[in-house]
Amino acid sequence: MVRDMNIQKMLAIVPAYNEEGSVAGVVRGIKAAHPEADVLVVNDGSGDRTAEEAAGAGALVATLPYNMGIGAAVQTGYRYAYDMGYDAAAQVDGDGQHDPAELVKILAPLKDGTADLVVGSRFLEGEGFKSTFMRRVGITLFSRVLSSLTGEKLTDPTSGFRAANKKAIRLLAADYPEDYPEVESLLLVHLAGLNLAERPVLMRPRAGGRSSITPVRSLYYMVKVMMVIFIWLFRERPKLEG
Amino acid sequence: MQTRAEIIAVSGSIVLMLMLLELVRRRKLKEKYSLLWLFTALVLLVLSLSKGLLDKLAVLMGIYYSPSAFFLLAFMFMMLIMVQFSIVISRLSERNKTLAQELALLRLEMGKLKAGAEPGGHEEKT
Repeated sequence: MVRDMNIQKMLAIVPAYNEEGSVAGVVRGIKAAHPEADVLVVNDGSGDRTAEEAAGAGALVATLPYNMGIGAAVQTGYRYAYDMGYDAAAQVDGDGQHDPAELVKILAPLKDGTADLVVGSRFLEGEGFKSTFMRRVGITLFSRVLSSLTGEKLTDPTSGFRAANKKAIRLLAADYPEDYPEVESLLLVHLAGLNLAERPVLMRPRAGGRSSITPVRSLYYMVKVMMVIFIWLFRERPKLEG
Repeated sequence: MQTRAEIIAVSGSIVLMLMLLELVRRRKLKEKYSLLWLFTALVLLVLSLSKGLLDKLAVLMGIYYSPSAFFLLAFMFMMLIMVQFSIVISRLSERNKTLAQELALLRLEMGKLKAGAEPGGHEEKT
């Protein structure tokens, strides 16, 4: 069913941990591409000037009292979006990997009502981004497993470049996974009966900061996420309350 | 030898139980979390007091050396207590996360209110 979903209030959620070098640029980029949107930087207990830089660029800043990890940071954003009644929320990493000019691509399926959560994929078209071997192995594995579980072609399940409509905001505000939340959150959204979609986007190498995923952690990442996926198969499906 | 081991086991169980009761009395340990501990101490005390009961239990469990049955039971109760701890910790960390998120959002709201209240402070668009 194709409806025209009116997006009047959009919130861009920018999780940032020690991204003082890049966060202001990300905020300005989003404001330039979407002047109508509010930008919320969730400062995940940074020890640097991330909060000041973000506020200086005109973002709303929510500072977590200590470093809580990407999952808790992103959920803070969805909670805010839910509390404030935003129609759509977009996740844009604070490190500059995601080009705000590409936001319009992942917002499109929300607007025409064909999806509730849209993921920007690096792999659907061409290649704007090279990753390490281990990460590519992991991404391929998750992609295969998730695609077969959800029946939706998901090429880039670890991408944190996403857009969510009101329904998805409500679900993710109430229940958002921790540690390595990207893959798990897609499964959650699917199990709740919401529609997933992917759109091709170009990603840039990060402008500053460091990836939270070191080669040493890759294996733990893979094992943990696979276990989590497996466990979800035996859980009660997440429900959209209300 | 046997009696000496029994004395050690009995006094150990009694010390454990007294220590737990004292912790609860002084409110260092919540009643809720002391229950499993007290039950463990009680079982250990009964088994160390009654050699006959322990022997019977060992036979029932197919263990030839009855002190092993004692250790196995003690170990199983420890496991139970630790699982209980893990559950409590998981719940605490979930609640802690929610609190921290609420705090961050409240501070954001407070900052917006302050900025709106100050003369010359920028008005918040809705």
